[in-house]
Amino acid sequence: MTTIALPDAHDIARIPGASHLTRAQVDELGRELDAIRAEVMDSLGSADAAYIKRVIQMQRMLEVGGRAVLLGARRPAAFVVGTGMLALSKILENMEIGHNVIHGQWDWMRDPDIHSTTWEWDFVAPAKGWKHTHNDVHHTWTNVVGKDRDVGYSVLRVSREQPWEPRFLLNVPINAILAPFFEWGIAIYDLELDEVKAGRKSKKSLVDDLKAVGVKFARMVGKDYAGTPLLAHLATRSGPTALLGTFLANTIRNIWAHTVIFCGHFPDEVESFPEESIEGENRGDWYIRQMLGSANLTGGKLFHIMTGNLSHQIEHHLFPDMPSNRYAQVAPKVQEICERYGLKYTAGPLHRQIAQTWRTIARLSLPDRLAVAR
Amino acid sequence: MRRRRPLAEIISALTYPLHVDDITALFDPRYSSKQPRARVTKVVREGPRTATIRFHAPPGWREHQAGQWVRVGVEIDGVRHWRSYSLSTAPGQDPAITVTDIGQVSGELVRRVRRGDILYLDPPQGEFVLPEHPRPLLMITGGSGITPVMSMLRTLAGRRADADVVVLHAARTRADALFVDELDALAQSAPNVQHMLWLSGEQGRLDLTTVDTLDRLCPDWRDRAAYVCGPEGMVADAERLWADEGAGDHLTMERFNVSRVDGPAGEGGTVTFTRSDREVAVDGATTLLEAGEADGVALPSGCRMGICRTCLTKLDAGRVRDLTTGEVHGDPGDLIRTCVSAPAGDVQLDA
Repeated sequence: MTTIALPDAHDIARIPGASHLTRAQVDELGRELDAIRAEVMDSLGSADAAYIKRVIQMQRMLEVGGRAVLLGARRPAAFVVGTGMLALSKILENMEIGHNVIHGQWDWMRDPDIHSTTWEWDFVAPAKGWKHTHNDVHHTWTNVVGKDRDVGYSVLRVSREQPWEPRFLLNVPINAILAPFFEWGIAIYDLELDEVKAGRKSKKSLVDDLKAVGVKFARMVGKDYAGTPLLAHLATRSGPTALLGTFLANTIRNIWAHTVIFCGHFPDEVESFPEESIEGENRGDWYIRQMLGSANLTGGKLFHIMTGNLSHQIEHHLFPDMPSNRYAQVAPKVQEICERYGLKYTAGPLHRQIAQTWRTIARLSLPDRLAVAR
Repeated sequence: MRRRRPLAEIISALTYPLHVDDITALFDPRYSSKQPRARVTKVVREGPRTATIRFHAPPGWREHQAGQWVRVGVEIDGVRHWRSYSLSTAPGQDPAITVTDIGQVSGELVRRVRRGDILYLDPPQGEFVLPEHPRPLLMITGGSGITPVMSMLRTLAGRRADADVVVLHAARTRADALFVDELDALAQSAPNVQHMLWLSGEQGRLDLTTVDTLDRLCPDWRDRAAYVCGPEGMVADAERLWADEGAGDHLTMERFNVSRVDGPAGEGGTVTFTRSDREVAVDGATTLLEAGEADGVALPSGCRMGICRTCLTKLDAGRVRDLTTGEVHGDPGDLIRTCVSAPAGDVQLDA
C-alpha cells in the first residue's frame, strides 16, 4: 500500500492569480468562505421573504400597468411610459427575480410560488434548459475554457485560451447583434447543438428541447407580439405602436442583460483558466477560481437591484444559492479575504467595465500576434 | 385538483408565463396559480391550548367529505411549514380546523393566527369518511381525534337527524375534552345519539386490549360501523381487537402523530426509493445520490457539490443530514439536494 503525500506548497498546478498560496492557505480560505455562507444562510428569515415578495409584487404591478398603458400607445406619452414600465418589469423579472429564483436562492422558503422547480420566466429560453447550462455547467466550470460553455464561449472568442479561428474576425459585429437578441441567443445556446454534434447529447433529448422551446416561443410571441397589440388595436387602434412598444421593451431588456452578464466575466483583470489547471481542485480552489473569474459592478442600491445583484457577480459565483439581497452584506467580507490572501477582487463602474469588455472582444478578434499587447 | 376555468386560461395567454391567478393575487392574496390559499375568517378559543380556525375556502376549492383532513401550510420566519389537520365542519360550511398547541407549527396556528391571515392549503383527502349507506355507528376518539368525528356528527345532524351514533370520547379531564358541550347538546336533541366521555385522569386509560370495556359501554359494538381516531396506541389496540373478533371489516381508522425517530448523528439508515421500488442500507457519510445511483435508481444530478439544484428530489418520509453543514432537516414534501444529503435514520424518497 502506498501513501500519497499531499504536496503542501506550489507543486499542484494552481491557477495563475493564486500561485502564491500554499495548500494550507487555500484550505483555510475555503473554511472562511464556508463560514460566511453559513452565517447568512442561518439568519434567513421573514425580512428576506418579505423582500422577494415585495419585488415580485412591484414587478407584476409594472407588468400589468405597462401593458395597460400600451393599450393607448398611439399617444406618444403612453407609448414612452408603457414601454418603459414594461422594460423595467422584464428586467426585474429576468434578473432580480427569475435568474435568482431559478438558482434556488429562495427555495429555503419552501413556497411553490417562488421555487426553482416551478419557476418559468419571461425569457424565450425555458427555465429547464437554463438550469442545466447555467446553474450546472457555467457555475461549476466558471471560465474554464473548454468546460464553461457560457454563451460567450460558444459564439465569440472571449479568452486567449481559446485558439483563434478566422470566424472570430466577426467577434465585434456578432456581439453587437447578440446584445439586442440576447434571449434568442440564450435559447439557441441552451439547445447545446455542439454537444449534439459531438454525440454527447442524444437526438431525442434535442427533439424534446426543441419542442419545449417551440411551445415557449409560441406563447411568448403570442403574448408580446399578438395579444397585447391586438387588444391595443381593439381598444384605441394602437396595434402597431403597441407592437413596437413590446418589441422595444424586449430589446431594452436584452441589451441590459447582455451588458451586465458580459461585464461579470470579461473585463480586464478577470482570468480564464485552461482545463488542466483545475485538476485536483478542492473547495478552496473552487472558491478562488470563482473570485478570479468574476467581476463586480459598483453602484447604488437601485442599480444593484436592476442588475439582479449580478453587480455582485463575485459573491454570486461564490454563493450561487444565497438570496441576492444578502450579497451587499457579504461583499466587504469577501473583499477583505481577497486582500488578506493577495487575490484580485475586480470591481468597477459600469461604463469602465463595458469599455473593457468590448475592447477585449475587439482585441481577441485578431490572432494574438497581431493584437496590441494588453 | 384545480378547477379548469377556460376564460382564465385564455386570459393567461396574455400574462404568460404568469397565470392570470398570479395577477389576481396582487389584489386578492387568496389567488395563486400553484398553491391554494385561504383567508382566516374566525379564530375561536376552544381551551387553553386549543383553537378552531375557520377560513374562506380558496377559489377552486373542492368541497371536503366529512372526516377528511387537509395539509395546512403556515409561514414561520419566512419558511413554509406544513402539517395535516382534520377538518371539523360539515361539508358545505366554511372549512375549519381545530388545533392543539403541541409543537412549532400548531403553536404558531393557535397563538399567532388572526382573522384576515392567509393559510396555504392542499386539497382535502383521506378515507376516514362516513359509510355510503346509513348504518349504526360507533365513534371512538382520543384527544384531538374527535375533530374529524365532529365533522361527521355535524353532517349527520343536518342531514339525518335520526342517525344511530354512539360517541365514546377519551380525554384526560373534562376541561381537556374538546367540543364537550356541543356533543352533550347534540345527544340531547337527537334521540339516537349517545355521548360518552371517558376521563382517563379518573378512570384510567380507555382499555381496548380486551372486549370488556366495549361490551359494557356499547354491547352491539361488533355490528356497528366503527371509527377510531386517536393516539397511535389506541388505534393499534382497536385494530387488533376488531381483527381478533372477526369484525375488522367494520373498522375504519385514522392515525395521527405518527412518531418519527431521528437516527443518531451520522448513522445513516435504510433508504427507500418509492417509485423505483428499491431499498438500500446507506451509511451516514454516503449521499442519497451516490446510494441511489449505486443501486441503479435514475436520479437527476448536476454539479454534485450542492450548488446547482438539478438533483432536487422530494422527501416522502424521514430526515436527512446536510453533509455541508451537518444540519439534520426534512419534512415530508421537502425537496432536498440528494448530492449533499445523507440519511439520518430511515428515509423515503419520491424517486
